Amino acid sequence: MRKVQLLIVGAGPAGLSAGIEAARAGVQVTIIDENLRPGGQLFKQIHKFFGSRVHNAGVRGFRIGEKLLQDTKDLGVEVLLGYPVYGIFPGGEVVYGTADGAHQMKAEKIILATGANENNLYFEGSTLPGVMTAGAAQTMINLHHVLPGKRVIMVGSGNVGLIVSYQLLQAGAKVEAVVEAAPSIGGYGVHAGKLKRAGVPFYLSHTVRRAMGSTEVEAVELVELDHFKPVPGTEKIIEADTVCMAVGLTPMTELASLCGCELVESRGLGGLVPAHDHNMCTTNPDVYIAGDISGVEEASTAMEEGRLAGTAAAESLGYISEAEAAEKKAEIHRRLDLLRSGQFGAKRAEAKAEIEKSFAQMQRGGEVG
Amino acid sequence: MGEDRRVAEHPILEDLREPDTYILYDGKRIPAITGEPVAAALLAAGVRIMRHTTKTGQPRGIFCGIGRCNDCKMIVDGVPGVRTCVTPVREGMVVETQEGLGEWRDLV
Repeated sequence: MRKVQLLIVGAGPAGLSAGIEAARAGVQVTIIDENLRPGGQLFKQIHKFFGSRVHNAGVRGFRIGEKLLQDTKDLGVEVLLGYPVYGIFPGGEVVYGTADGAHQMKAEKIILATGANENNLYFEGSTLPGVMTAGAAQTMINLHHVLPGKRVIMVGSGNVGLIVSYQLLQAGAKVEAVVEAAPSIGGYGVHAGKLKRAGVPFYLSHTVRRAMGSTEVEAVELVELDHFKPVPGTEKIIEADTVCMAVGLTPMTELASLCGCELVESRGLGGLVPAHDHNMCTTNPDVYIAGDISGVEEASTAMEEGRLAGTAAAESLGYISEAEAAEKKAEIHRRLDLLRSGQFGAKRAEAKAEIEKSFAQMQRGGEVG
Repeated sequence: MGEDRRVAEHPILEDLREPDTYILYDGKRIPAITGEPVAAALLAAGVRIMRHTTKTGQPRGIFCGIGRCNDCKMIVDGVPGVRTCVTPVREGMVVETQEGLGEWRDLV
């Protein structure tokens, strides 16, 4: 069986950053991804990133992706594409698929950077062609340059909903409404402001009651909500051919479960996540995580977490000294702290601290509360 | 059908491409770009129904766009259950709307 030192599952921002960091330390790294193209969701991010200069603020997501791919190439990191990982067994045996069937390899250390799945809503007509996730619409416009529809209703006003709405406008679609169940907009004011200036109507305290149409979406019925309960008589019908759902993401933890990583519920970060310590190590000491699998945040945090996991894995493989690793990790943590500050970030910092607390309890063999 | 949904102008995207090949959709020739997902070529031509469900025959189309949800499965080159959102276009590919689980076909 083929043996590798460090296997990283997922070639998105977290996985690539982890691979680059570990390879710089001298580790032999293999990255595997089920997609035909590397970069995860980065190449769909055509907007400029936030943060400070160390976080690539002001740089568009796909440019960051190009840089990561170049670094990966320069460092000789092996990237296997189009290969889904089916299972991971005790001792680091990994089973993955190719066009010829199933194959195995053995990894000394594993970093899971599998990302997250988009959530969806169920309503009458939610299976009609034309109803899709916001990510699907973003993929179609920004990667494939095809409009999913001409008149779009966006459900959810978090940053994904706001950013994809604006990108739909840039691609030439009309956004008929941004619908939000909560009484206030979920995402950053900067993103919402752009939509408001473009004349996009916001329906706060509203939700989609049904998508109408015989074979495809032709119209959508909205209803007002009072404390998240529909108010009878407030239904309104808006003509539209597309409904996009931007209603959160859930970490993809299947492979972590197979590795025996214990999971912990994190309400603030998308649901069940593998419990992990300050250096992204799970309850399986040979398995690290990075990016949305460890709690849904942003690409900027995913890349820093990747560097953290890559550093920790290189240290455990003996490629960097404890002192050198400690210095690197402290530096990464300083940058992560910056990303997790402010009105939105502070909540994520708290949620992360909770996860680390649960991890510590598990390590002591205590009950998780 | 018949309408073009390709993005023609964009403030940021630079590499907007024109169709360089074609695929056959239910016997009709539609323009496509080599390497783009089959689903994108269909969407560009205004096709949004990829299959009908087994029991109730309801239409399904692109939902997740990244190969996870299986809603966009079609019969591609005689093979049923192919996820069109992650299957790259090759010249002259034969793509058919899938009814239920679809059928294997021998291509002439």
